[in-house]
Amino acid sequence: MRMSLWEYANPKRFMGWTAPVLPVVFGLAGVCLVVGLVWGFFFTPDDYRQGSTVKIIYLHVPAALMAINAWIMMLVASLIWIVRRHHVSALAAKAAASVGLTMTLIALFTGAIWGQPMWGTYWAWDPRLTSFLILFLFYLGYIALWEAIEDPDTAADLTSVLCMVGSIFAILSRYAVLFWNQGLHQGASLSLDPEENVADVFWLPLVVCIAGFALLFIALVLLRTRTEIRARRIRALEARVRRA
Amino acid sequence: MIALLLRDLRLAVRAGGGFGLGLAFFLIVVVLVPFGVGPETAVLTRIAPGILWVASLLAALLSLDRIFALDFEDGSLALLATSPLPLEGAALMKALAHWITTGLPLTIAAPALGFLLSLAPEAYVYLLVSLLLGTPALSMIGTFGAALTVGLRRGGLLLSLLVLPLYVPTLIFGAEAVRRGADGLDPTGALLLLGAITAGTFALLPFATAATLRINLR
Repeated sequence: MRMSLWEYANPKRFMGWTAPVLPVVFGLAGVCLVVGLVWGFFFTPDDYRQGSTVKIIYLHVPAALMAINAWIMMLVASLIWIVRRHHVSALAAKAAASVGLTMTLIALFTGAIWGQPMWGTYWAWDPRLTSFLILFLFYLGYIALWEAIEDPDTAADLTSVLCMVGSIFAILSRYAVLFWNQGLHQGASLSLDPEENVADVFWLPLVVCIAGFALLFIALVLLRTRTEIRARRIRALEARVRRA
Repeated sequence: MIALLLRDLRLAVRAGGGFGLGLAFFLIVVVLVPFGVGPETAVLTRIAPGILWVASLLAALLSLDRIFALDFEDGSLALLATSPLPLEGAALMKALAHWITTGLPLTIAAPALGFLLSLAPEAYVYLLVSLLLGTPALSMIGTFGAALTVGLRRGGLLLSLLVLPLYVPTLIFGAEAVRRGADGLDPTGALLLLGAITAGTFALLPFATAATLRINLR
């Protein structure tokens, strides 16, 4: 019998394979984060201009990266829900939203802490900072819509449409903001352009930290999706009891 | 489609339709600003483009939940969905009716309010043009937001939370066009992008609006 990838999206099967996988992902995330952060904080030299404040990069860049990736994952999950009607997909999008919101907050806060010694201000209406604030608002709206609608299928449908439309407007806002103000923020820390990239000493622990954040994100989303599936089962059971 | 547009316009203009409320709100916001920031002309001239755009955005927001709510309650929205007219067309007409009853009056009233805020004389033309180009996008995006929240009992607050982030690009290009006009720079780029946003929203959002309405009517 040929197995399709979609078989893993069956809620029962999903609960089955995530139960053993989840602790492994959590463990790997912990290892990566501990190694990356310890390496980054204690075993890299201070930057010649920024001093030791540069070390906040090990929290700031991975969190910012995952904040954007979480939204992209939500978009993909929403598309899968709209096209193939896999309930796990809709619930995973819901689960990813609050993790993404937290990542956005971490990126904004660590950025503010970093901005104070470097730019002399916690906040500036810089394009990147502003885009992240707008992303934060998009997350808030998305989560609020999930919370507001009682019927889970309607909520999944409507939030999926919002996620798709919101993605277009988020990209639009990103470039509109560039049009509106030129920024203080440095270019990309990780890029294929060697001129733009950070130096190698900082690069390796940073990549480890990013892997740690990515694994942590996956682990949290799996955990929250499992919770959502259980909550759904409880609701179904309660409804059955009420009918009996 | 024309009949639907005329019906919506007639309903909006009648007593209790809320026509003019948005305009009055626009006026009040603009009048309140000098109390908040002080009466110095130089400061007001500087912030006038932004204030006028933000105020018209809020005024457009005010009447959004009426677009579908009443039709949803009395069942005429379900009738519209089953009528031979595609729901996409109905969504488009709803947005157009909203624009004619709020966006257009706002655009016409804005120069008078610009006078109150001592807007730079060169900026009046661009204020008018940018509002004319931008407010249709506000109505169309708002119609989408209204369709998302139509089934909710207290959707008003949620509606603003959903719609306001979507207004960001429109606001940026609109206010930027007026500001550039006031500073004597060339605002063509901002105006073109504003027009592009309006054209894009009118091309795509009717489909998203119709899809959300179908979900809500299920």
